[in-house]
Amino acid sequence: MVHKLAGALALGAALMLSTSAMAQDKRVVKYNADYDPIPLAGMEALIADFEAANPDIDIQLNNFDHEGYKTAIRNFLTTDPPDLANWYAGNRMAPFVSAGLFMDVSDVWADNGLDEALSSAAASMTQDGKKWGVPYTYYQWGIYYNRDAYKAAGVELPGEAGVTWDQFVANCEKFKAAGIDCITTGSKALWPVAGIFDYLSLRTNGYEWHMDLTAGKVAWTDDKTKAVFAEFAKIQPYVTANHAAIDWQDAAALLVQGKAAHYVMGNFAVGNFKEGGMTDENLGFMIFPEITPGLPRAEEAPTDTIHVTAGAKNPDDAKKFLAFVASADAQTKYNAAVNQLPTNKNSTVGEDPFLKAGFASLSNAYALAQFFDRDAPAEMAKAGMEGFQQFLVQPDQLDAILERLDQVRGQVYK
Amino acid sequence: MSTYWKANQRRLAPWLFLAPGLLMFAIYVIIPIFQSMWISFYDWDGLGEKVWIGTANYAEMTSDPNMVTSFKNNIIWLVLYLLAVPAGLFIAIFLNQTVSGIRIYKSLFFFPFVISQVVVGLIFSWFYAPNFGLLYLVIEKLTGTGIAVLADPDLATYGIIAAGLWPQIAYVMILYLTGLNNVAPDQVEAARLDGAKGWRMLWYVILPQLRPATFIAVVVTVIGALRSFDLVSIMTEGGPFGSSNVLSYYMYEKALSEYGYRMGYGAAIAVVLFGIMMIFISGFIWKMWRDETER
Repeated sequence: MVHKLAGALALGAALMLSTSAMAQDKRVVKYNADYDPIPLAGMEALIADFEAANPDIDIQLNNFDHEGYKTAIRNFLTTDPPDLANWYAGNRMAPFVSAGLFMDVSDVWADNGLDEALSSAAASMTQDGKKWGVPYTYYQWGIYYNRDAYKAAGVELPGEAGVTWDQFVANCEKFKAAGIDCITTGSKALWPVAGIFDYLSLRTNGYEWHMDLTAGKVAWTDDKTKAVFAEFAKIQPYVTANHAAIDWQDAAALLVQGKAAHYVMGNFAVGNFKEGGMTDENLGFMIFPEITPGLPRAEEAPTDTIHVTAGAKNPDDAKKFLAFVASADAQTKYNAAVNQLPTNKNSTVGEDPFLKAGFASLSNAYALAQFFDRDAPAEMAKAGMEGFQQFLVQPDQLDAILERLDQVRGQVYK
Repeated sequence: MSTYWKANQRRLAPWLFLAPGLLMFAIYVIIPIFQSMWISFYDWDGLGEKVWIGTANYAEMTSDPNMVTSFKNNIIWLVLYLLAVPAGLFIAIFLNQTVSGIRIYKSLFFFPFVISQVVVGLIFSWFYAPNFGLLYLVIEKLTGTGIAVLADPDLATYGIIAAGLWPQIAYVMILYLTGLNNVAPDQVEAARLDGAKGWRMLWYVILPQLRPATFIAVVVTVIGALRSFDLVSIMTEGGPFGSSNVLSYYMYEKALSEYGYRMGYGAAIAVVLFGIMMIFISGFIWKMWRDETER
């Protein structure tokens, strides 16, 4: 990781040298980010547009390795802050906001009417009544399924409205009989199991309760928590057996090969499914089934954000760029390039059927959760995800797991 | 000044030569040890204010099941890793013969130690991998159901230790091979005339002469077992649910990983690990000191 980081720094330095030589009289905005190749191309196109409109500003993008960035950001924010930095909404940004490392950008929101245009993401960008950054993209979670696996197991395909929870569990039994994993996941990196838990929690007890749980206001030993795990227990026997040893991409391969029928995942996985040879014909998407009847439907939609750092040397131009990234046109263009959803409600969504399904799912959702490891503080998130993984492997240990999680809750939230 | 220098030149010179090394050692080793101890009394996320909490981190450790698991795994590591010593000795004796091409065989046996630990971890991960790993497929052929070693909380640690033993045995083997070169042929000859062979020859004649090699082999193996970080990090990241954690990785996880940033707690784990290592290191130093003063 250190080597990658050093490489990224060296590369960044080389890029800076080459661009600054050409643009000596421009005002420089340094921007540290963690883009994978496709999003990187999308953001570079946006930056080119911004620089064309503002010829006196030079945005210097310094791209880091995605995993290394999570460690690097703590170092550069405290020692040598750039003007702009990528991060995530929700509780994930709380440590930096509390430590005074991000700048309050409520003025950008007020001046550009963002409170209205970005209303769906406003709550997750707010802390202490102020806005601390701008969201530029998000994506839906849901159940992706393989239609061929349905045919192989002789199970009726879900209709427009999806299936009921009882039907879903009953189908799992049929998939098992056909030797197909009903639900696959790869929990080596832990977070994929949190997606399953989040949905079970949101569907069993609703959004407010789930937020109380991740905020530490509800005990893990509460009866309502046990109700969530009771639903979890219904699907536990049908989850890919060796999930703890495989990564999420390996599980995606199982779905592609028809060895698994469903995958609770984020929309970014569609790229992997299609690279593996799936098409719009045999890849399906459905909203996670309703469990407790009549609960308003909440969805998972992790949001990526850009922040102005507290130590920014050129905050005025950085805020100008922030306003640009938040604009409807910029978000339309970027999200079309990366196949995700714009956070600006005035943007238009791409033609991809999964994007459209996701947009439909999110736009009439009652509320949006960020994701377990972004809603809960880091230590609680880690312990929780280990607990979910353990429950899938050793369901009989449930009481011990919940005791443990409640002990961690007592330490984390003070 | 110059008279003082002249009078004490012989006494001062060694210290002057040692000074740069001592300075570096103090800055990069000694001072950080005490800093870690200091930080272990604080609650600190690495960004905000440090809060003095006394020994609360240590108190938390006693009731932290992950800590208990890590500690237990460290002991398993220590015990099983020492298997590398007899295994390395066995291979060294096996290879200590003059057959044509023996140098090639020796280098092939030494090969695993040359590979980076990260690569060893990756190779074994694939070896154990469910659905396509060699071991998994072989077990599936034999018994009908494959075993994904790294997904099983009871087996994961043993799977990682097996991966670690592979290069460690090669390392111990090379230590013994050089040791066997120095075994006095006349003593072997004399023992043979007295009718010693097989186990008795090994135990009473060869092994006593290999004592320096055995000592080094035990030292590097014990230290290697205690700092077993890279394999755990590559193969399981401590999972499934912390069951293959060891102290060195747990320390990293608590202090520096994505979900950690509890510098105080991480430092407290480091202090405990340091304490355990000190038991062994002092033992080794004491033995070396005794050996040297006896001569």
